[in-house]
Amino acid sequence: MPERFPGYNVLQKRHTPSWDEQTRRVIDRRLAMSREPRFFTAGEWQTLNALCDRIVPQPKHRPPVPVAAMVDQKLTKNLTDGYRDARMPKQQDAWRRGLNAVDAEAATRHGLPFHAIGAAEQDDLLRLMQQGELDHPAWAGMPCELWFNQRLVHDITAAYYAHPTAWNEIGFGGPASPRGYVRMGFDRRDPWEAVEAEATPAHTPRTTPRHG
Amino acid sequence: MHTPRGTNGRAPDPFRIGGWMPMREYPETEPVDFAIIGTGAGGGTLACRLAEHGFSVVAFDAGPWWRPLEEFASDEEHQAKLYWTDERICDGDNPLQLGSNNSGKAVGGSTVHFAMVSLRFRPEWFKSRSKLGYGVDWPLDWREMWDYYTEVEQALKISGPVNYPWGPKRPRYPYRPHEVNAAGLVLARGAEALGINWAPTPLATVSAPRGHSPPCVYRGFCTLGCSTNAKQSALITWIPRAVRAGAEIRDLAMVGRIETNNAGLCTGVHYQRDGTAGFQAARNVVVAGYAIETPRLLLLSTSNRFPDGLANSSGLVGRNLMVQTNHAVWGEFEEEIRWYKGPPSLALTEHWNYDDSGKDFFGGYAYMSQGPLPQQWVATQTGNHGLWGEPLMRAMERYNHQAGLKIVGEVLPQESNRVTLADETDQYGLPVARVTFSLCDNDKRLVRHAVRHMTDAMRAAGGRELWHETDNTAHLNGTARMGDDPRSSVVNPDCRSWDVRNLWICDGSVFPTVGGVNPSLTIQAIACRTADRIRVLRARGEL
Repeated sequence: MPERFPGYNVLQKRHTPSWDEQTRRVIDRRLAMSREPRFFTAGEWQTLNALCDRIVPQPKHRPPVPVAAMVDQKLTKNLTDGYRDARMPKQQDAWRRGLNAVDAEAATRHGLPFHAIGAAEQDDLLRLMQQGELDHPAWAGMPCELWFNQRLVHDITAAYYAHPTAWNEIGFGGPASPRGYVRMGFDRRDPWEAVEAEATPAHTPRTTPRHG
Repeated sequence: MHTPRGTNGRAPDPFRIGGWMPMREYPETEPVDFAIIGTGAGGGTLACRLAEHGFSVVAFDAGPWWRPLEEFASDEEHQAKLYWTDERICDGDNPLQLGSNNSGKAVGGSTVHFAMVSLRFRPEWFKSRSKLGYGVDWPLDWREMWDYYTEVEQALKISGPVNYPWGPKRPRYPYRPHEVNAAGLVLARGAEALGINWAPTPLATVSAPRGHSPPCVYRGFCTLGCSTNAKQSALITWIPRAVRAGAEIRDLAMVGRIETNNAGLCTGVHYQRDGTAGFQAARNVVVAGYAIETPRLLLLSTSNRFPDGLANSSGLVGRNLMVQTNHAVWGEFEEEIRWYKGPPSLALTEHWNYDDSGKDFFGGYAYMSQGPLPQQWVATQTGNHGLWGEPLMRAMERYNHQAGLKIVGEVLPQESNRVTLADETDQYGLPVARVTFSLCDNDKRLVRHAVRHMTDAMRAAGGRELWHETDNTAHLNGTARMGDDPRSSVVNPDCRSWDVRNLWICDGSVFPTVGGVNPSLTIQAIACRTADRIRVLRARGEL
């Protein structure tokens, strides 16, 4: 898949008026985050990483977003969302129980833990989970589709799209204070915004790309 | 930030980095005229107006007191610090998602992260039972509310169009409207193609300088907190005014119980702050914690005399919880939209709030243009669209070509939608709220109508690959409704408890119905009215 916004890197705006001091601090901390798990056990970590590869598959040509580590940090700090479906256990318990159930399902079907089965088999299992069709006793009453939606996919994708690399991928402007934006209409782009590769001439903005 | 800032005779000045402003303080043992719990659209506004009327006021907020210029980053993940993310348990047929889209925990409450949409009710909604045949009448007259709306619009210098297309005449908005971004122009195209009116959204972010507030720079992080102070939140409007008028604000102060005496009157509030327990004596107590924390606190404040909680002789505390449906139609456009620029909802139509023809449901809805940032957008693409893996990554790459229309839809009050106490406790040792919510058939018919209409509008505007969001809500109202009859309401038209005459409730909880507009302007208008009524009652010796 070719990049949609080639050469675009929100981090190049770090020293421009699009970034203020508090934003630099916050993003620097995120980029320097430890890649080692503190909440998950070694076994859980292996399963989680395999799940991340299926939920947010990443291209090989760039350093990966450390999605699993970002999820681990959320759970280490126990940062909650502000609501819990009454059918779900607390966040930390839900994650441990869910990862255990994923491995139990894989073992029952394929005799191997989740990370060791093929990508197609992994996706099949995830589809069944999304449809609420898994019922191994390891779920212990937690509806698998709720875990899929509210924990697995919710936490992994929120982590991924909190990373500047993901912002580059979708052409998001990223941090924007204090400068903000000027050009607001259809097909209008400020010089400090991403240039889209596929833009046809009719939609090519009048300004030349530069980050500053 | 875990240390209270409103201490030692000073308060943070939100307009200066590291700045402070003097703040009056009151001793705990000396009863103040009003102890107010919550400092958002209801409590913050009321604290200001009561202090300006000469009352002694101490207002409590469970959250911190931020200085936006130095502490609000341009980052979704980090700014989750503005939300009420303590545990709440949700059930019913449509369990609510709370936190980011409807619950704030900060001085200024949810107005610190609201989308600034500042709309008046349709006048008939104040008498929806008598005039429109559904819900229940408010005990307020729309003409009086019209004046209070004007007061709030002036206080917040709302930026809006010269001529508003719907409803009775209203004064000009104080500031000119904001430029409509491409996402808003999609709404305009659709509306014009379908032959209905649209307008630039009246917004509580300034379009020109105002005091220490610069004009909005369209950075687009409005629902994550405004780092430039263009947004006219309670944090930078009512709160500094309240402090200047002599009110004390206690931040990071969680009130867990309202104390009452043998005469059945409030005597003050118990709270926790900085690891210590305190008790503030007060002649009057105002609960302004929004529609979950307000009933929770009332239900927690039981006594021999009030075994079912305070102000609850009607049994209605916690009942008739109303959200607003927040369904959307999303699609892709040939043009670049780049909806991350500017306030998220720069254009709207209230057509279906004012036109009832052909409806197969009661109530109304507005719909607005949208500008979700990446985390919010991926939550929509996953939770509502069911995407993951490669299809998700491909859909996300089209971010800059997306636009959408989203409703603020009226739901009907139902007693079975309610807030109760769960067995679990939170970090303060208090039972957490259980929130039970189910849509009724009328609510679902409204959503179907809206999705059908917005699909037509999106298609007419040039949208492709349309799909609609099936499960989302916003705002919280109605768990301590106002009325004319103590048997069927919790407070009277002055927001005063029928049961405990020195107890008041001032937030969205008092709404008998919700209408199809965002509630913040109405909450603030009611707070202004309540303050004026309290002044009148004092003058008459009826306080």
